[in-house]
This record gives sequence, C-alpha cells and structure tokens, in this order.
Amino acid sequence: MIDRDEVLHVASLARLALREEEIEPLARELSAVLDHVAKIGELDLRDVQPTSHVVEVTGRLRPDEPRRCLPREVALDQAPAISGGGFLVPSPQA
Amino acid sequence: MSTAQLLSLSVRQAAEAISSGSLTADELFEAYRSRAAADRAAQADGLNCFTWVADAMQDGERAGPLAGIPLAVKDLFCTEGIPSQAGSRILEGYEPPYTATAVSRLASSGAALLAKTNQDEFAMGSSNENSAFGAVRNPWDRSRVPGGSSGGSAAAVAAGLAPWALGTDTGGSIRQPASLCGIVGLKPTYGSVSRYGMIAFASSLDQAGPLTRDVSDAALMLRHMVWQDPCDATSLAFPETIELPAGERLDGVRLGVPAELSEEGVQAGVRESFQAALGRAEELGATVRAIHLAHAPHALSAYYLLAPAECSSNLARYDGVRFGLRAPDPEDLLDMYTRTRHDGFGAEVKRRIMLGTYALSAGYYDAYYGRAQRVRTKIAEDFSSAFAEVDLIATPTSPTVAFKLGERTADPLSMYLSDYCTVPMSLAGIPAISIPCGLSEGLPVGLQLAGPAFSENRLLDAAYALEQAIGFDTGAARV
Repeated sequence: MIDRDEVLHVASLARLALREEEIEPLARELSAVLDHVAKIGELDLRDVQPTSHVVEVTGRLRPDEPRRCLPREVALDQAPAISGGGFLVPSPQA
Repeated sequence: MSTAQLLSLSVRQAAEAISSGSLTADELFEAYRSRAAADRAAQADGLNCFTWVADAMQDGERAGPLAGIPLAVKDLFCTEGIPSQAGSRILEGYEPPYTATAVSRLASSGAALLAKTNQDEFAMGSSNENSAFGAVRNPWDRSRVPGGSSGGSAAAVAAGLAPWALGTDTGGSIRQPASLCGIVGLKPTYGSVSRYGMIAFASSLDQAGPLTRDVSDAALMLRHMVWQDPCDATSLAFPETIELPAGERLDGVRLGVPAELSEEGVQAGVRESFQAALGRAEELGATVRAIHLAHAPHALSAYYLLAPAECSSNLARYDGVRFGLRAPDPEDLLDMYTRTRHDGFGAEVKRRIMLGTYALSAGYYDAYYGRAQRVRTKIAEDFSSAFAEVDLIATPTSPTVAFKLGERTADPLSMYLSDYCTVPMSLAGIPAISIPCGLSEGLPVGLQLAGPAFSENRLLDAAYALEQAIGFDTGAARV
C-alpha cells in the first residue's frame, strides 16, 4: 500500500509536481497495480538470470572518429529559451 | 479508375496499377489526402485519426518500388520539419531536425508521407483515449475505442483514410488496435527495424511495424523497413529477404495453442471465433495441439514493472530545457522541471512515470525490477521450449472485441488487461502478427500468430494462407 508521503517522495524523485487533488487517486491507483504485480513475488526465481537482451547480440563498436553532428543553430532552434549560443534556464536558486 | 475502385486496392495492387499505367501516383495520393484532410478537419466529429495531414506530395516521392504510395505514420516517429509530438502536450510545437530511420527507409523506397496519426501519449495506452489530440473512434462503431496505442494508424487503415500505416508495438500497440479495427498488424522481431528517431517509451520492447489491410501489404512494408542501422546499436541484420507470401496450404505446420492465453478471461464470442480459425487451420493441413506457457500469466505483471521503469528513465528528457513545453514564469530550475512535467504529461504517463520510479527506487529495485527481469527470462525460456514442439503459437490477439469509449479509463488495471495476450511475445522479443478472423457482436476479432525470432517469412506465409481461407472483408468499415 502506497501512502500519501510515499507518493510525494516518488514524485520528487521523478521531478513531477502534483496538485493536492492528484495525490490520493495516485496513491490508490499505484497501490492497486502494485498489489496485482506483487504476484511475481510468489515465483521461485532462484538461479534465474535476469534478461539483459532478448535477442543474442554481441556489442557493436564503431571506430572512435569524429563525425558530423547537428549544427548548433539547428539544435537550439526548438529550445524555449536560448542565450549566448546555449540553452537558457532559470537559476538553480531563486 | 473510379475513387471507389482506387480505394479498394491493397498497396500491392495499387503499386502494380501505378507501374502498369492504369493509375497515377498523384491520383492515388490525392484521393487519400483529401479523405485524410476531411477527417482532420472534422476533428471530434470524425474518427480523429490524424494529428497532421500533408498538403501535397513531396518532390522525390515518385521513384522506387513504392513510388507514390501514401504512407500514414504514427505521431511518435520523428519527421523532419513536421510536427512530431507522440500524442503529448509536452512536445507541443516540436518539429524534429531529423527523420526516423523506419520512415526514411520507406521514403527512400518511394513511399510518400500522407499524414501523422493520433496515438496514446508516448504509446502508453490500449484505447487511444490518452492523447493530447483527443480520443480516436473505431470505424466499426464510433462509440467504441480503436484500441491503442497505434489507434489512429489502425482506424485510418480500417476506414480507408490511408492505404497503410506505420505503428509501434511495445506490449501490443500494433496488434491490439489491428485486432479491434479488423485489419492486419505485425510486430517484428525486436531489433529488425531501427528505433532511431522513434520517440522512446520502453527501449528494450519498442518495435516499429506495419498496420495494413492484408498480409501481403504487411510483408511488403516490412521488406522495406528491416535494416541494421548504424544509428541504433540494438538493430540487427535480418538474416533473409522478406518475401511476399504466396502459399495457400498449411500442410505440416504445427500450431500450438497455450491454454494460459486462450481460455480464462477471453470473451465467449472471441473464443468461438478463435476456435473457428483453428478449425480452418486444420482444414488447410495444420496440426493443432495444446501447449503450455507456464509463466505467461505473470507476463503482464513483469511488463507493468519493466515498461514503466524504462519509461521513467526515457521520459526524464522532458524537462523544458531543449525542446517542447516549458511552464511559464518558473521560480527556479527545479520549479521549471516539476511544473513543466506536471503541465505537459497526461494522467496515464504520470502514473507510469510514478510506477517506474517507485520500482527502481532504493529498497524496491530487487523486489520489483530485478524480479521482473527474471520473470522475463522464464517467459522467453517457455517460448523456446514450446518452439521445440510446435512451429507457431496461436492465441486470440485481444481477450475482447472493441470496448466502449470511457469504459476502462477509470480503472487502469482493467485497461492493462487488454494486453494480456500480446505482452508475453513482446517480453520475449519474438515476432507476432494479428489478422482478422471473424466477427463477434458485429465487431472484429483478431487471431494472433507468433513464431521464433526472425521467423517472419514463415509467420507471414501461415497468416496469408489463413487469411485466404477466412475471407474477412477488411473493407466493411470503410467510410
């Protein structure tokens, strides 16, 4: 069961603001889903390796050579605010 | 050629008509473009299939084996200079500086971008009701959902507003809407189509694939998409050419039917239609036998831990810094992050971010994420054992026919159960196709066939033979 404090803690980890009226429904819905998925706790999974990749692959490395990338002005073109050729954000401390 | 004749053509037939000169690419494109534009203009009074519709065919879209064939593309594929929002408010106004590989592969074969299709936000949903652009309606019954998350793609193809469409499937997002809309949907083997430029949801599961009127068109689209892309390190070289299916028999094909995915929780009408399809398969020479996928009942639980966990990480990039929405007048940096994400994400996306963040957080990681990755291994092993005994596995695609708009929105868990039959294959990374196999309550029922990794040619052949025998009219819901 997820309570109000846990919802607020997880929301802060997820950098998500919540309105007061969103907290209780989230606690209820997350609890219901977690109750359902908790059934996998009943399985005996000793000696089972976790999946790392579904299809057998070996690491593919490319030569470490410089390649063309997005021009700066294109990369900045979609930003909500820019300054001096970079992304502009508010100060970390108001 | 009359418009009705033109609309009745599959892509394969249309391409033949264009190369023989009985149809021009411009006629074909304009016929679909005007229909798609009318649906876009009607918004909530139409099916609401599209988020953007082309004004005209672009230059350079008239050469190649798919020359001039109009292509509808799910909103979550990046298309250069064309709005790509993945159905989310947080990407409002975003016009990517590059095009997804899956789209550019099809374009370089001649396909012409017709429209972007509506979808559940970031592909999270099974009803296409979680979209910043509003819900999509099912052309078979407008009071019902088209399925999701590729609901706009599925409804557009079923309604004849696009000849075919590109979708993505993470836990069933191609197959389930294809099933609910009475068309064909294929999720390829994980890695066979590049994910470069696909706006990410759960990277270990996301896979692009075709939504089409028939099995031949699914093969045709897949043929032009598979590629080992230097821009996606998880993409793989498909070991053979994708052939257009031709066989009409299933002699010697061993079909396995897992009790775990075909009995409990499946609507009676769906079961009946599914059983009838198995009967057809036997008439065509296949042997049908019961098998077991012992861990399949746990697949949904594992999926709803793994997919949200990956989503919580992938969606961390939406912070109001580089693109998309930024909340107005932030007090400081943290306030900008948290309010931008609050305002930009819809309710279901927030739920999944919260669920995933919780499952990955200190103290819970082993109990949730770690266990789910082990369950995933068991599910993949179950499939491997099954494929030692049978060639393909058959299940219903969706436990139910299309449900009513609003019916499951209040209860997230009931919505998640829509993916019960499709999620196991996603976790195992294996290919699966849904084809329409009949009607229940006047609504389409889908048959799902799954095979081992890279068995697409065999899968398409079997689906084609069954499709010919079943003779489902995919034009019945054309508007």
